Amino acid sequence: MSDGRQGTDWRGSGPGAAASWLIRGASVVGAGPADISVTDGMITAVGPAAEPPPGAQVLDAGGLVALPGLVDLHAHLREPGREDAETVETGTAAAALGGFTAVHAMANTDPVADTAGVVEQIWRLGRRAGRCDVRPIGAVTAGLGGRQLAELGAMADSDARVRVFSDDGRCVSDAVLMRRALEYVKAFDGVIAQHAQEPRLTDGAQVNEGEISAALGLTGWPAVAEEAIIARDCLLAAHVGSALHVCHVSTAGSVEIIRWAKSKGWRVTAEVTPHHLLLTEQLAVGYDPVFKVNPPLRTEADVAALRAGLADGTIDCVATDHAPHPLEDKETEWQVAAFGMTGLETALRVVHAAMVQPGLLDWAGVADRMSQRPAAIGRLDLLGPAQHGSPVAVGFPANLVLYDPDASDRVDPAAQASRSRNTPFAGMTLPGRVIATFLRGEATVLDGKLAR
Amino acid sequence: MKRHLISAADLSREDALLILDTAEELAQVTDRPIRKLPTLRGRTVVNLFYEDSTRTRISFEAAAKRLSADVINFSAKGSSVAKGESLKDTALTLEAMGADAVVIRHSASGAPHRLAGWVRGSVVNAGDGAHEHPTQALLDAFTMRRRLGRLEGLRVTIVGDVLHSRVARSNVLLLHALGADVSLVAPPTLLPVAVGSWPCSVGYDLDAALPKTDVVMMLRVQAERMNAAYFPTVREYSRRYGLDAGRMALLPESAIVMHPGPMNRGVEIAAEVADSARSTIVEQVTNGVSVRMAVLYLLLGGSEAER
Repeated sequence: MSDGRQGTDWRGSGPGAAASWLIRGASVVGAGPADISVTDGMITAVGPAAEPPPGAQVLDAGGLVALPGLVDLHAHLREPGREDAETVETGTAAAALGGFTAVHAMANTDPVADTAGVVEQIWRLGRRAGRCDVRPIGAVTAGLGGRQLAELGAMADSDARVRVFSDDGRCVSDAVLMRRALEYVKAFDGVIAQHAQEPRLTDGAQVNEGEISAALGLTGWPAVAEEAIIARDCLLAAHVGSALHVCHVSTAGSVEIIRWAKSKGWRVTAEVTPHHLLLTEQLAVGYDPVFKVNPPLRTEADVAALRAGLADGTIDCVATDHAPHPLEDKETEWQVAAFGMTGLETALRVVHAAMVQPGLLDWAGVADRMSQRPAAIGRLDLLGPAQHGSPVAVGFPANLVLYDPDASDRVDPAAQASRSRNTPFAGMTLPGRVIATFLRGEATVLDGKLAR
Repeated sequence: MKRHLISAADLSREDALLILDTAEELAQVTDRPIRKLPTLRGRTVVNLFYEDSTRTRISFEAAAKRLSADVINFSAKGSSVAKGESLKDTALTLEAMGADAVVIRHSASGAPHRLAGWVRGSVVNAGDGAHEHPTQALLDAFTMRRRLGRLEGLRVTIVGDVLHSRVARSNVLLLHALGADVSLVAPPTLLPVAVGSWPCSVGYDLDAALPKTDVVMMLRVQAERMNAAYFPTVREYSRRYGLDAGRMALLPESAIVMHPGPMNRGVEIAAEVADSARSTIVEQVTNGVSVRMAVLYLLLGGSEAER
């Protein structure tokens, strides 16, 4: 993978400030305390009591966990088109505050990211904002219309070098179209990220179908509508020998199907959102649309199965599905409100609460599920060797998060950097705090605040 | 009692009985030459109707006026939920006008919940989507008690489109709280998948249910369901789940036939059944006014001293 352009292009995303640090006493991915030396954006030493590199700033990280920079496979940055909800600038600020150094921007913008021109625009906006590497996701079908393939090859060949394609928000429900998409992206090692939702089974669907939907009189979104598509797509991916990624897995049955597909050796990966790891359908009872999301919040049994699936690796990674919406799209009757929740700023803390505190994942596991594996699924080695998802070790780029696991506070939507306020965790006390984030040695977040 | 009446589940058994007993007293007003009480003089009741429902709106209007409240009818029909002024802005407007109670009918389940978060007055749910219609359940219970003398142990069979019925949801909750044995009978396509968790029994066979029924309540089949694969044809639905004279004969001698209206004669109920002596359909309308008077009286009347 060396056409001579990607390395320099991507390194150009920061202002190029002197990126040398001595991070003292951090617990490196949960292991014992060590000093991390960063010189010119690279990790140059990890071990006991290092000397500061020349010109380095020294940061006391005693009691903090050092993790590799997080990678989000699934965020809606809303630009172009819905800059009232979020922009690449505000979305990447939120991402940095959440500990992310790379985010994938979903294709359902306006215009849709279905051409080389639009994906390059989003890629350039990300470079200009400079806080995260922004990887555009291309639409699978033109205009998300579900009728004909978008120019996947042109997007792959563009400066944005798109490898993940998704109609997220809509399902590629046509089996032939899905088959062709899976086949076509083999030519450039692409992956189809499917929003698994059988449309006819979910016409007008509002909440998980079950006791809650029955009592509330809201149209049910049955688990089978997700599971049927996942089963079909696993079989299609196996048949054509391509790579399928399943977005926001939300049911226990989906976890079972993915476990089965993986046991066959098929190239199937999956993500789960933070909110599906922590929240249940019970929250819909007050009809507050801040809890309205697609796929919907499910049952406690589903939450338990998702956690177990993430713990055993059946589910590869956590992806936020950060979906900002302006207030007026949520201050309405439930059934006309927009689907979606913000998540970039709380993702690591939610995973801490849902996975680390109950002992289901250690910090090495968190690094794997929130950095290493999503980087691999997103083909982030295209940005240069081991740019993202690499270990906190000598010779790798200094994409790092320093996280205080002993902190905790209540989530205040007004204090968030996202332009939107629709966090379902508002008012909840969550553990932990992101103290600092480094992108190639440059601090994007320091002291829990944006560094610039 | 709670400040709002949004769900039949908001009512304890004692609350429900208090409403029914109060309605019984207020019904006597209806029999007087001057059908008016001064109880709610100076209080404002807004009827906020996002759906056409002349019968329910008039019933609430009559109830409020007989208690001497000022009534404002705010017909928001046409300003559909997807466009026009938002529910929140309408709520703020009503708040600014000083509404003491807002009676809301809305196509979106949960709209009264949302409204209650935005206004200080009492919110009365006059039917929201497929969620609930608590005053309908109260008037149904009132009618049953008047006709049959009790609710405890009464065998009530509710027939038809339970899935989309706010009347069914409210009746199951209320009648269960009042000690009745409720059964639902419908084609499986028109029952919620989790109906097994409801405090009632469920069956698919109307003929088997009728001989063990004191009250049969027929639900309206909405036109938009007729072509959506819930059942093969209207005629098949009518044959299997419609109440005709032959089926009515399976009922015990004293059993009554109810319908929340408006009826599809010839679909869920045959004309000779609707017009028979067992039918309480016209009484239900009369009783609706008394029950709604009781609800408004109990929600608003008690707080006079605080103001």
